[in-house]
Amino acid sequence: MVRFLIKGVLRDRSRSLLSFLIIGGCVTLTVFLRGFFVGFLDDMLRQSAVLLTGHVKVTTRAYAEEADLLPNDLAILEVDSLLTVLSAEYPDLFWSPRITFAGLLDIPDENGETRTQSPMMGIAVDLLSEDTRQPELWDLAPKITRGRLPREPDEVLLGEEFASRLEVEPGETATFIGATMHGGFTTYNFRVAGMVSLGVSGIGDYFILADLEGARQALDMEGTASEIFGFYKDMYYDDPAAVALTAGFNRIHKRADDAYSPFMQALRDQNQMGQIVDIAQIEMWVIILIFMTVVTIVLWNLGLMSGLRRYGEFGMRLAMGETQGHVFRTTLGESAVIGLGASVVGTAVGLLLTYLVQEVGIDYSSMMEGYDFPMTLVMRAKVTPDCWFIGFIPGVFATMLGTILAGRGIYKRQLSQLFKELELEA
Amino acid sequence: MDDNHIVEIRELVKRYPVGGGHFTALRDVTTDVVVGEFTGLVGPSGSGKTTLLNIIGGLDAPSEGSVTVLDMPLGGKNHKELAHLRREGIGFIFQTFNLLPVYTVFENVEFPLLLMGMNGEDRRSAVNQALEWVDLMDKVKSRPAQLSGGECQRVAIARAIVKKPKLIIADEPTANLDAENSHNVMGLMVNLNRELSTSFMFATHDEKVMGYLTRIIHLIDGRIDEDEQVSKPKYREGK
Ligand SMILES: Nc1ncnc2c1ncn2[C@@H]1O[C@H](COP(=O)(O)OP(=O)(O)OP(=O)(O)O)[C@@H](O)[C@H]1O
Ligand SMILES: [Mg+2]
Repeated sequence: MVRFLIKGVLRDRSRSLLSFLIIGGCVTLTVFLRGFFVGFLDDMLRQSAVLLTGHVKVTTRAYAEEADLLPNDLAILEVDSLLTVLSAEYPDLFWSPRITFAGLLDIPDENGETRTQSPMMGIAVDLLSEDTRQPELWDLAPKITRGRLPREPDEVLLGEEFASRLEVEPGETATFIGATMHGGFTTYNFRVAGMVSLGVSGIGDYFILADLEGARQALDMEGTASEIFGFYKDMYYDDPAAVALTAGFNRIHKRADDAYSPFMQALRDQNQMGQIVDIAQIEMWVIILIFMTVVTIVLWNLGLMSGLRRYGEFGMRLAMGETQGHVFRTTLGESAVIGLGASVVGTAVGLLLTYLVQEVGIDYSSMMEGYDFPMTLVMRAKVTPDCWFIGFIPGVFATMLGTILAGRGIYKRQLSQLFKELELEA
Repeated sequence: MDDNHIVEIRELVKRYPVGGGHFTALRDVTTDVVVGEFTGLVGPSGSGKTTLLNIIGGLDAPSEGSVTVLDMPLGGKNHKELAHLRREGIGFIFQTFNLLPVYTVFENVEFPLLLMGMNGEDRRSAVNQALEWVDLMDKVKSRPAQLSGGECQRVAIARAIVKKPKLIIADEPTANLDAENSHNVMGLMVNLNRELSTSFMFATHDEKVMGYLTRIIHLIDGRIDEDEQVSKPKYREGK
């Protein structure tokens, strides 16, 4: 009997194949949409994490309070010992000290006189150690527009816009003029290794990216750092985990009586990122829910229609002596098989698509020309664990719901009524 | 119930709710059908023929009175018990054939046996025998869409008789067939009636069908107007 029914499912293209394609398509869309949203959010958070916030960030308590002023006099002093503690306590994360500094950048001519000069903002991260992940995180190599990556501590990268404004070329000297962490006046000669375009508009105008050791020399900050950024090793920001981790750290290390005691903040605690995360999460679920509702209604209708279309067949089967329960169950079984099969295929296609967009990305910079948009211009999706099952909700659940609603007709209608419909069908 | 009776109907009334009140489709119907009878319900449109056949087939419930089919009183029976009665004891033939389009001729005829849970080997021989009866052995693998109307109705007959039911109910079986096919199909049913003593109950307007009946029950306005035994049916040779 089951074989007989499966034969029917396989042969009745208009019933099975069409349903299969529609269900599969809806499932694919659902999966992709979910992956796409997560990827979008993830991209946004990753950008923020790499540039500004880390997944978590450690500073001194005093530095955190005045972070806007880049108060390097409040920097973390014993960075190496703190790093040892952090690495031991939180093996899921890796830690990267950085110095954020500001001052003037002076481009001298051949006589050493000022050719051009401009205020600047510098970020110094570990670009040169063997095991550093910073160049990878910043994705520097493809973003170099001229010159090359720094190879020595005193080599820096300039934002492309900044360099153009200063009319400076790779290989030239750029002199930093500013204050040491102890408040003394200092100048330091950096060499321009190259120019970088980070793909984040607005940030390139005053920006230099230096090596941590170079900045330490320039600012007299040996062994110290403004901040220590922590990143989850898989670079996926897990908000609840980061918040819990932060609370745990602060309970142990932060001390009210010591302004220099270390203090940890999660990504969400900084720059209103928390709000952005929350809103994005809610928006994402609202959109996915709306979409899933629409898909569910479509599939429900499909189930309903293919059920109604078969009343003639049902009538005949009942006349042959099949019980209503059996007709109902087998019809439900058929739709479960189709829904499940289509969900599996649809999920596979959806995952594949998501994966492709995750790996390759959709470059939409051309669409965004003329907009000042502080965001990457390549859209990426992300395959998350829930992508594996989210499509089954509309795919199986809605299809079967449709069938159940349609199938109620088998019970509710008088048998003889089914026959009237059967006669009309001819 | 008389051993000889395949259907017993006593004071049957069928009312359909219509609007606020109801419409009486059958009233005070009392009759018996004897094993081996080739009975037709004849009467104008709306006289209750289909209603009566549906009630006998357990597809519709009486409003009053009692109906006993194949020793089973239908009153108070649930859907499952009625389905069992149809599955084991009654074959249906419809005006519109109602074959399953995605299945082959063989599979369409096989279907009732699958419902009965018969094993594969018995099924195959029963289906082949039924298809031989209706002379469709060369179409076993065809789909209904590839058959003529007459052939479709012969498949439907094979499907009805494959389980060798005691009673076959046929509502206007020739209404969609031309004269030649009608005679052909009726001839087949007469043969089955003779060889297997299968009882047949028809509803019909068709003069050709009437020419084969051994008994004609005339219905008018839901009432039996006349119950006529036909000793020499026009088209039926022999007895
Ligand atoms: N479900 C129903 N609800 C209300 N009235 C019904 C219903 N089914 C049948 N009737 C009425 O019962 C009467 C008998 O119907 P039935 O179908 O038995 O007629 P019939 O003799 O088979 O006619 P025909 O020769 O046209 O097939 C008709 O007047 C019909 O309108
Ligand atoms: Mg009728």
